[in-house]
Amino acid sequence: MKQIFAIILLLIMGWFLLGLVPLGQPTEPGVVAQHYISQGVQENRGANLVTSVIVNYRGFDTLGEVTVLFLSVAGAGFVLRRREGIERRVNRPSSEILQTGARMLFAPIVIFGAYIFVHGHLSPGGGFQGGAVVASAVMLLLLADRGHHLPHGFMHWLESMVGFTYVMVGLAGLVIAGSFLSNQGVLPLGTWNRLFSGGVIPIIYTLVGLKVGTELSSLLDTMIDTGRPDHADNSEGGTS
Amino acid sequence: MNALTPATLYLVTAILLILIGLAGALVRRNLLKMVLGFALVDTGIHLLIAALGSNPNKSAPILNKESLLGDPSLILDPVPQALVLTAIVIGIGVTALMLAYVIRLFAMRQSLDIRDFGRLKW
Amino acid sequence: MIILDLLICLVLVASAVVAMNVRNLVSAAVLVGVVSLLVSYLFLRMGAPDVAMTEAAIGAGLSTVIFLIAIRRTEEEEQG
Repeated sequence: MKQIFAIILLLIMGWFLLGLVPLGQPTEPGVVAQHYISQGVQENRGANLVTSVIVNYRGFDTLGEVTVLFLSVAGAGFVLRRREGIERRVNRPSSEILQTGARMLFAPIVIFGAYIFVHGHLSPGGGFQGGAVVASAVMLLLLADRGHHLPHGFMHWLESMVGFTYVMVGLAGLVIAGSFLSNQGVLPLGTWNRLFSGGVIPIIYTLVGLKVGTELSSLLDTMIDTGRPDHADNSEGGTS
Repeated sequence: MNALTPATLYLVTAILLILIGLAGALVRRNLLKMVLGFALVDTGIHLLIAALGSNPNKSAPILNKESLLGDPSLILDPVPQALVLTAIVIGIGVTALMLAYVIRLFAMRQSLDIRDFGRLKW
Repeated sequence: MIILDLLICLVLVASAVVAMNVRNLVSAAVLVGVVSLLVSYLFLRMGAPDVAMTEAAIGAGLSTVIFLIAIRRTEEEEQG
């Protein structure tokens, strides 16, 4: 019975979705997108227009986005919080070769992530991709060595400072050019297609990269390492 | 089917992905399977939004060559791409939160079957 | 090239269907990762390299990893 309802619902949804999309003819950019395309390079000197849109034109949205990501990570950490007195599960330790190899690979992967987010305004890539790469380096470390403790204090400090600096850069734009996160006059815009160009764009994308990297790392840490799903909760459950 | 353009193909694939994911989330009884279904819906929506802004005659919005600077009509719309980029990052946050709840529920009842959680109904 | 696209789309939809029907949860999670990876190829084809990078790193990489962690953490108690 439920399955029939599900199928009917899906058919209705498929019908509406098919009616929604303009099959066949490609769409043209709207007025705002036309402005981004024709004026984006003059206004921001960033070669990558997607980066210009994310970090400058819609920079406020990105600030909200990293906040949402932080909230979801914090929510996962709250839901999976470790009970007091339950010690970390001790697995069979990994071999020496695996641990040493992971530690050797850690620094190059982090540097690669930093490369991706520093060049976000020149080539494909940016803070989100670079942050994911940094988080994958941390994941390697956590998987190779179960007993590894991340420096939580340092990570929290870094994350807070990065968020604070983001808001400060935005406020600098507000003071100097009259709008939050404005790119005009805060820093010299530089020459198009050079590393030191784009005004505040590389700075903000580096901040976003650090923030996403630390957030995804603490997410992985929470998921991997909250001890065993404790039996202390069985008293609430009852039916098991 | 005289003109199967790439955009049409991507849009149809995206809609199929959304429907398959929703079907999985509605019909399956395993909590993790439902979360996987939602992940498929997520991917399908990303493909849908990006395909709406795609055009095979234009090039990517990365103006790192002199020849691309002259003619704005040759550049793809960057706005859907920026939207999808945002949506992917939010998507992993949502998925992680759902998985955290699944792990929590499993710790409560030692089961992943949705029917064991009937007492949580309103 | 449209033939290759068509092929990729067919594999993609087939992986999604199998992912929803296979019994083994690990296979399902890996198949969802495969879907993400193929979708990131499609993003590259439609001229969105930024999105393709993000989807490959986050959708296909980290997402699959957190699914696998969640699967491991929910099945180990059943045996012990």
